Amino acid sequence: MAVVFKRPHALKDVSLPYCPGCSHGIIHRLVAEVIDELGVEGEAIGVSSVGCTYNNYLFFNCDMAQAAHGRAPAVATGIKRVHPDHVVFTYQGDGDLAAIGTAEIVHAAARGEKITTIFVNNAIYGMTSGQMAPTTLLGQVTQTTPYGRKPELHGYPIKVCEMLSTLEGAAFVERVSVHDIKNIMNAKKAIKKAFQTQLDKKGFSIVEVLSTCPTNWGLEPVEAIQWLQENMLPAYPLGNFKDKDMEV
Amino acid sequence: MTHQEIIIAGFGGQGILSAGRILAYAGMLEGKNVSWLPSYGPEMRGGTANCHVIISDEPVGSPILNSATALIVMNGPSLEKFESFVVPGGLILTDSSLVTKSPARKDIDVCEIPATKMASDMGNLTYANIILIGKLIAKTGVTTIQNFTEALKKVLPEKKHYLIPEEIQALEAGMNY
Amino acid sequence: MGEKLLMKGNEVIAEAALRAGCRYYFGYPITPQTEIAHYMAKMMPKVNGTFIQAESEVAAINMVYGAASAGARVMTSSSSPGISLKQEGISYASCAELPAVIVNIVRCGPGLGGILPSQGDYFQAVKGGGHGDYKLVVLAPYSVQELYELTVEAFNIADRYRVLAMIMGDGTLGQMMEAVEFRDKEETPDFKKDWALTGTGMNREHNVVTSIYIKPEELEAHNIKLQKKYEQIALNETRVEVYNCDDADIIVAAYGSVARIVKNVIKMAQKEGIKVGLIRPITLWPFPSKAFEKYAQVPKAFLTVELSAGQMVEDVRLAVNGKNNVHFYGRMGGMLPTQKEILDRIKQILK
Repeated sequence: MAVVFKRPHALKDVSLPYCPGCSHGIIHRLVAEVIDELGVEGEAIGVSSVGCTYNNYLFFNCDMAQAAHGRAPAVATGIKRVHPDHVVFTYQGDGDLAAIGTAEIVHAAARGEKITTIFVNNAIYGMTSGQMAPTTLLGQVTQTTPYGRKPELHGYPIKVCEMLSTLEGAAFVERVSVHDIKNIMNAKKAIKKAFQTQLDKKGFSIVEVLSTCPTNWGLEPVEAIQWLQENMLPAYPLGNFKDKDMEV
Repeated sequence: MTHQEIIIAGFGGQGILSAGRILAYAGMLEGKNVSWLPSYGPEMRGGTANCHVIISDEPVGSPILNSATALIVMNGPSLEKFESFVVPGGLILTDSSLVTKSPARKDIDVCEIPATKMASDMGNLTYANIILIGKLIAKTGVTTIQNFTEALKKVLPEKKHYLIPEEIQALEAGMNY
Repeated sequence: MGEKLLMKGNEVIAEAALRAGCRYYFGYPITPQTEIAHYMAKMMPKVNGTFIQAESEVAAINMVYGAASAGARVMTSSSSPGISLKQEGISYASCAELPAVIVNIVRCGPGLGGILPSQGDYFQAVKGGGHGDYKLVVLAPYSVQELYELTVEAFNIADRYRVLAMIMGDGTLGQMMEAVEFRDKEETPDFKKDWALTGTGMNREHNVVTSIYIKPEELEAHNIKLQKKYEQIALNETRVEVYNCDDADIIVAAYGSVARIVKNVIKMAQKEGIKVGLIRPITLWPFPSKAFEKYAQVPKAFLTVELSAGQMVEDVRLAVNGKNNVHFYGRMGGMLPTQKEILDRIKQILK
């Protein structure tokens, strides 16, 4: 019988621990498919961060390091400088990347480190059970903004792609979403492009993936997809912010 | 037996630290145990500079000097600060072009040398430190002209080696003053 | 041995690291150790190595974490406030059993403090400045020659046991110049790093470098493994200089630059008929307790001299274990004890 759909080789045969309706499973799969398609599993080294995906080093078949909260880009820098021809990627959430690890991501991008960052933005802290993230939307209720995020109290959400695309060292910056099939396909294209940017030694690459967190948003999985489309898409427009290939 | 504890002090930019470094290098080439310790930090920038040099037959203990057998001063404040460090019977060398006051102590050997004026007459102000080192070598015998020349070769970058004959001239002028 | 050179302590640390095969250096500028970074910035490109001026101490230690994970010999250096910032990474790397060398050219604290010599980071280094039960091997050189020898040794110890090794000095050692003789070639044992992240090449199971063990049974087992390793290190790697201690009237305990001052005091005291001994811990962890046990009842008293409010003195007291009186003399803020001050204190104790 012809096999038309199977687990990518780069993803181990384990059941992922994520909540029902969470996007992490899809994003893991997309990363693994891209690693397979580019044929780089043997020279890939990933860096897990702190958040719901703290132990995704167990799920990928390539070599993996686990980094302290926010420090994955620095750890990846150290690895990449030792193995400049390997494919090094970080997998980080919004608290990890845009709060405690802001300095590390900005400077890795500014240095043009030839690494790829998969940045999962679900507008909330997942693992610590639903506090405000740097990407939490205005008005959004979280455990630490129980009356909604108010600019005068909590400031404004950080738009990571817009910010990083201003940096010379960033070669590929794109925001995608995984709320439907079409967008999942687009997301995969962007992730592949980001890895290719690294292989071509063009500079730093990042793909921001808008993601759902039904558990901490207090919604059913289907409602969560709805909420993402209605609230996150207007605040975080999808698209490519930088592609050195396209520049003349 | 050689045991010299030398403090060299003056303004930043007078070549205080490098004079000490060349002297220590020469002492090492002489087969002695040596150490060189600079003052460091903000005071280096535009302020006063000093360094401690030990040249000894014995292993060097602490490189930090609380007393000195010899003191070279290239400005007034340094004389005020370090005069009391010199052991009785010790030596003070001043650049009398810049240090207008004479040391007050009577229990020490004092040489006042117009080093900056002499250097200026030679056409290069930066030799004042070397002139004073020359006198120190003549007085204490911590090293020889030959080893001082070798030390210059080690410490100066290659492109400055053409200056060495002039530096040695300055050293001899100090020795003979 | 090669030619005798006159070199600055900080530069010798960097040169020693290069000779030991370190090709990765990550750091952030801070006085009084910045010459190490200058030297690395200049030399690394010449040996195909990597120098990165990181955006922070936090980033620098995590770059170390990455490079060590990847199997390389790697170093960072800083001074006290910067070392405080590195504590997170130090704890993580210790748990992940990563070998690397950290240099702390200690300055005065607390806070931003001052840039002059201090030994106020003893507790932080040997008792664990970061969280959890871990140990650093802490080496305390007292001469420029030892900065070379012990820096090379630090890399070997780090690789042999998969631990972090720290070189702890102060501004006096870092800034001073002294003669140093390098070996023509360093003999580096072949440390097989089959745990390192080098890419699976599709022909082995994936390697993982991590410091998280969520299951308590696993974490306890890992902790026990770490503790056993530390016991081995204590057994094999303790280093100490015992000087003039047989029939001493008093034994002084001091390390680093202070031990040099004490050696001068020993000479001064001799002239006055007082016999002063010195026990100089060269490894601050593992602490050379046995040397103190051995001599515990020899002198009339012990005196610990430090550039701190009294930190190593606690370990001296533990080692002497009530068998003798242990006195303390310390200076802080960058003030250094003079030989006379120490001798006066000795005389006062012996009176």
